[in-house]
Amino acid sequence: MAKPILYPQLRLLLDQGAQLVEVLPPEEYADEHLPNAINVPLKKLDADKTTVLDNQAAVIVYCWDSL
Amino acid sequence: MSPRAACRLEALGFQEVYDYVPGKVDWLARGLPRQGAKATEKRAVDVVRHDVVTVRLNQRMADVRPRVGASPYGFALVVAQDGTVLGRLRKAALHGEPGARVEEVMEPGPATVRADTSLNTLRERLDERDLTTAVVTTPEGVLMGMIRRKDL
Repeated sequence: MAKPILYPQLRLLLDQGAQLVEVLPPEEYADEHLPNAINVPLKKLDADKTTVLDNQAAVIVYCWDSL
Repeated sequence: MSPRAACRLEALGFQEVYDYVPGKVDWLARGLPRQGAKATEKRAVDVVRHDVVTVRLNQRMADVRPRVGASPYGFALVVAQDGTVLGRLRKAALHGEPGARVEEVMEPGPATVRADTSLNTLRERLDERDLTTAVVTTPEGVLMGMIRRKDL
């Protein structure tokens, strides 16, 4: 079960080298995203699109907000 | 959206998955660095001022009167202990009973804008409503400060 986190935990994980993934559509990612985040839109999230990620290391996903 | 993405990643074999639930809005509202074509577009958080007077619900008017009277905005904001915006106290309320509590004379639920609001959107909103200031909060409603129309 994925762990929901808030900013303080996010900061800690990023400082420890966690991978950051924005799952919004490419247009929204192109407009603005968190530093060093990669874009894997939810609609395209499959095994092929996630080969750039290390599945043994921490991954943080985010979208626009909690809604 | 992100909970579903997190679940999908786990199904794909990822061992340690986290969901930053408040998302991009939270990051932007904190004024943190961002990347992308619109990363330099200013948002409310970039121009917010920290000079608004704040008071608490249970304070007496006699105690807050001098501070509210000196407010550069013509009012003070009523906030909870955690900074959540609860109301507005106008200078006009200062002339009432000195023993009255702030809670009794404040205007509850003032309109606010979120810190991630773009300045273009904010300018339009203020003009539409003929307002000269906006109260800026985090997505959770915690006061960040004020924006003046003349600064936009």
